[in-house]
Amino acid sequence: MAVLEKPFPPGEYPVVVVGSGPGGLQTAYALSRLGVEHAVISQDDSPGGMFRKWPIYQRLLSWTKPDAPHDRTSREYEWYDHNSLIADEPELRATVAAEMDRNYMVPSCAEMSRGLAAFAERGGVHVRYDCRWESTRQEEGGYVLVTSDGEYRCRAVVFALGVTDPWKSPIPGIEAVPHYAETGAPREFQGKSVLIIGKRNSGFELADGLEPWARQIFLVSPRPVQTAVLSIATVRVRYFEPLEDASWGGGTFALDAAVERIERTENGGYRLDAAGTTRPGPITLEADVAIAATGFRTPIQDLRELGLATVADGRIPALSPYWESTTLPGVYFAGNTMQGAAGLRKNGVGSASGTVSGFRYNARLLAQTIAKQLGHKREWRMLGRDEIVPYLVSELRAGPEIWTQKGYLVRVVYPDGATGILPLAHFLDHCPRGSIGVTIEMNAEGAIYPVTYVRAGEEIEERELPTHHLNDFGGGEYRDALESLV
Amino acid sequence: MSNGEDLVETLRRFNLFADLDRAQLEAIADPDSERSFAAGERIMRRGMSGTGFYVILDGEATVTLSGEELNRLRQGDFFGEISTLLDEPLTADITAETPLRVLEIPGPRLKAFLLSYPQVMYRILVTEARRLQEVLAWRS
Repeated sequence: MAVLEKPFPPGEYPVVVVGSGPGGLQTAYALSRLGVEHAVISQDDSPGGMFRKWPIYQRLLSWTKPDAPHDRTSREYEWYDHNSLIADEPELRATVAAEMDRNYMVPSCAEMSRGLAAFAERGGVHVRYDCRWESTRQEEGGYVLVTSDGEYRCRAVVFALGVTDPWKSPIPGIEAVPHYAETGAPREFQGKSVLIIGKRNSGFELADGLEPWARQIFLVSPRPVQTAVLSIATVRVRYFEPLEDASWGGGTFALDAAVERIERTENGGYRLDAAGTTRPGPITLEADVAIAATGFRTPIQDLRELGLATVADGRIPALSPYWESTTLPGVYFAGNTMQGAAGLRKNGVGSASGTVSGFRYNARLLAQTIAKQLGHKREWRMLGRDEIVPYLVSELRAGPEIWTQKGYLVRVVYPDGATGILPLAHFLDHCPRGSIGVTIEMNAEGAIYPVTYVRAGEEIEERELPTHHLNDFGGGEYRDALESLV
Repeated sequence: MSNGEDLVETLRRFNLFADLDRAQLEAIADPDSERSFAAGERIMRRGMSGTGFYVILDGEATVTLSGEELNRLRQGDFFGEISTLLDEPLTADITAETPLRVLEIPGPRLKAFLLSYPQVMYRILVTEARRLQEVLAWRS
């Protein structure tokens, strides 16, 4: 086979996208369709590098239903497929759904990887692979990315790096404890007692995978598992068995305790000293092996020295509602780092920006925002007066953006009839008087209902509409409520 | 400030959490509860429901009503408790005046939070009593 020339040689581009996971591919696809010149570089050698490493024991956590009430090539189907990237062309849609073996509702890592590769190939999303971003300089009017292949100059840069750097919380002695990312095969744990620091997704993934092998499992962290939140979260599958075992006293323990120190013991094991939180009192544990399931961070390299603000223990960049760094103009993030823009979090419910299902829509908006800043004109879909209510009803029933990004994205109709998707926070603060917004939201009890927003004067009028037993928001009361807004 | 150790240290200095021991502070200092806002960004919007309780970790914010500044909030100050406790829409806007970091207790979890930490509830009550006293003194 002939060696093909690598695309995007070093040089000057209006936009550079760094990364070839779902966030990078979705952003690159959207920029291409908007006609924005850009380069895409990646340190990996093919799309979706992360899915070849993690999750370690299990499948992904988000569902893809091969059959659903809407046809797989339709836009409405996207709500039933939380893993495929989105596209205008039917042949680029639902590429993960096509890979599902139907044994599970969530894809395996291999199914996910194949779906991403199919999207990149059929969509003609080019990437300069094996090109590693090494350092960054700020120059007038933009940034210079120094890479293993040379320098890239750009006005805007989109980092789609994932939250993929193993991170350990600052506990004395933690350096002697291997990270989740280094965990070996389950059989290596046969007959052993296992101490897992962390009670979030990765900690419970390990506990669930190790239960058939380990003698005892201790999960330890200061805060209790949020069982009320889990009851309405798709991630709960990982928590079921370990929590059930813990509640029945079967050898798994989920302890709420602030870890004071971890030490190696003479027999090669680990000893942990902690102070109970939910139930106060000292706790000492000994185990044969220990694992730090304390999470990951975005690999921001030298961006902090340029002034990048972060949240969550410095693990994730702090972002505006349009996913721009709050401190470095022109530096954007795509992929699951988009969770650095928290949104309104009404009723404590977060966005879906940490998963493909949510950030694929963010990426499309991000591309539009960058295109606008580079002087491209955005083409809006225009609605006539009589089209507005039927259109909003159909969006409330099946609009995948507002169904997936509940309470983060909003379907907007401007006074002139232009319609589009925006971050809700942006709509509330910047839309002209007479603009209408509709969202689907969820409360802490898991009820799903539409909410309408109207900018009447200085103030926003917010109105929650009733729930429906079949989530069908197309009936008379919903139409009447929308009609009263127009 | 960039790690959980610092978040615990920050909270420890606040009057609101002065009665809590280290384990209790660690339980509260959830890095995922940290929110960051750019200067000029709104944190709370008048008329909106479903809000939470916030403690300022760093930076300043202003409370405004129809554009008029009513109050300025600084490190260690808290807000959002009234609309959360009464389950009513917000009555004012709160905007970041400088880059702002806050700790968020989501509205649906505030009651359980206060019942878990009655010393924090007591300190909130003292602050609310002072605010009420100021309003009464201003009226008389």
